[in-house]
Amino acid sequence: MALAKVIGTETEFGITVRNQLDFNPSVASGFVINAYRGDAARVQWSFEEESPGRDARGFGFETAVPSDLEAGMANVVLTNGARLYVDHAHPEYSTPECLTPLEAALHDKAGEVVIARAARAAQELVPAGQIVGLYKNNSDGRGNSYGAHENYLLSRALPFDDVIRHLTAFLVTRQVFTGSGKLGSENGRPDVDFQLTQRADFFEEEVGLETTLKRPIINTRDEPHGTPSKYRRLHVIIGDATMSETQTFLKVGSTALLLAALEDGALPDFIALRHPVESCWQVSHDLEMRRPLRLEGGATATALDIQWQYHDWLSKYAEQFEGEHDLVLSEWGKILTDLERDPLSTADRLDWAAKYRLLKGMQERDGLSWKDPKLGALNLQFHDVDPERGIFHRLVRRGAINRLFTDSEVDAATTHPPEGTRAYFRGECVARYPKALVAANWDSLVFDTGEGSLKRVPMMEPLRGGKDLVEELLESSLTAAQLLDALGGSDGRAGTETTTIPG
Amino acid sequence: MAEQEQKRQRSPADTKTETAEVTVEAKASETAEKLDDLLDEIDAVLEENAEEFVKNYVQKGGE
Repeated sequence: MALAKVIGTETEFGITVRNQLDFNPSVASGFVINAYRGDAARVQWSFEEESPGRDARGFGFETAVPSDLEAGMANVVLTNGARLYVDHAHPEYSTPECLTPLEAALHDKAGEVVIARAARAAQELVPAGQIVGLYKNNSDGRGNSYGAHENYLLSRALPFDDVIRHLTAFLVTRQVFTGSGKLGSENGRPDVDFQLTQRADFFEEEVGLETTLKRPIINTRDEPHGTPSKYRRLHVIIGDATMSETQTFLKVGSTALLLAALEDGALPDFIALRHPVESCWQVSHDLEMRRPLRLEGGATATALDIQWQYHDWLSKYAEQFEGEHDLVLSEWGKILTDLERDPLSTADRLDWAAKYRLLKGMQERDGLSWKDPKLGALNLQFHDVDPERGIFHRLVRRGAINRLFTDSEVDAATTHPPEGTRAYFRGECVARYPKALVAANWDSLVFDTGEGSLKRVPMMEPLRGGKDLVEELLESSLTAAQLLDALGGSDGRAGTETTTIPG
Repeated sequence: MAEQEQKRQRSPADTKTETAEVTVEAKASETAEKLDDLLDEIDAVLEENAEEFVKNYVQKGGE
């Protein structure tokens, strides 16, 4: 039986402060994050246990230590268990660990709202005439890309070669429904008016550790944020940040289902692309979705053919289970059917289609060249997270976009953690003991109760620390000291042991 | 006789097709109207100095 596919997303947002002469994106990102109030409680991020340089294939053991500059910048944990911070030159939001695709889509949207609120708060603080803009996109159209990553909990027992073999063609072809659309092409790829994704042009390798240059389709970063002998955290870097809730749900839901089937050994075969890197941008550049892709062995298949094959295999696999799989498969099937029939009929569910419909409409109405700055402005402003300026938000308000969540559900997710993972324990501790909790990260909390040394609570089990296990403990612990006493040496409820850090 | 039967059998389907065509056309014009409306709304909020906006939107790579 496959491990529950704990899911989290990380989104780097584009940032501008217009009319600010000394604009520095790193400083501005810190400014925006520090301006966020939300519910005032937040706790400093702790960098111990981070090892982004570790490779899943078992070699390359460089340890990336964050620079002092980065470590000193805004970097906090919120009461919903999320991490809000500056990553290089962008504000970044990492959702808490979610138990289902719907929950992950909800928390991804909540992150967008947090960033929008932070931007509004920052706007209040800058001199008149300056405009703070935050964008949920992944490219500036000039060859610079920033990421939207997905994370999935995997069993360490699954050989990484299996992940590479089964996932490559899936990730390349899922772009038909994971893209947020972009004018033109970048990074030396053939010129196009418009393409499905923001990111495809930037992928240059099949497998690798890099995320900032020579980006690979399969990223091998091996940083499990959990017991290393039991878990992997698959770091998927090939997706676009998406504003449509349905689209985010489909993106993580189909991928998580594939990974579960892979762990269960339930995939009857695999599909191997002959030229994965070329296929990556070819799929993104093909608005008609008719282009045949070369497979190993000489046959060809379109991206939709390949997606249908995965859909077929996973439908059979999912027959034995109850749960959200059904919704993933039915929405996924509808999207594929609609893309086959008339790609633009998905404009109510997919960012790229919604955006292309507007760009094309404006281009035709005004007789514009595809290079016209007006279309360029729309191409950017579509992703503005501000509810007034953002064009996607305008579409939502007009009812042109199908939603999965209500505004109040999204609002609740900006402060409340998911209940089925350790994110619950983390978020609740931030909310309940913000003074005593001096640092937190994915797999530990550090408390200072004023009694000498700091106390560290490791959380190496992503699936422990949920509401059903720790709510009572939290309710009965009015202070952090009481909580730590109750945890004692080890009661296992939060998947924790209390250890003492010399302080 | 057989021919007539065939005709009769076909006729409800034909009617359906015609209705469907009319509906599709109506939908198409409704969609076009909605799109025009939407584009008008976008005109009102779209960055006025588009060229400067696009030119200055330069990001550092991330990840």
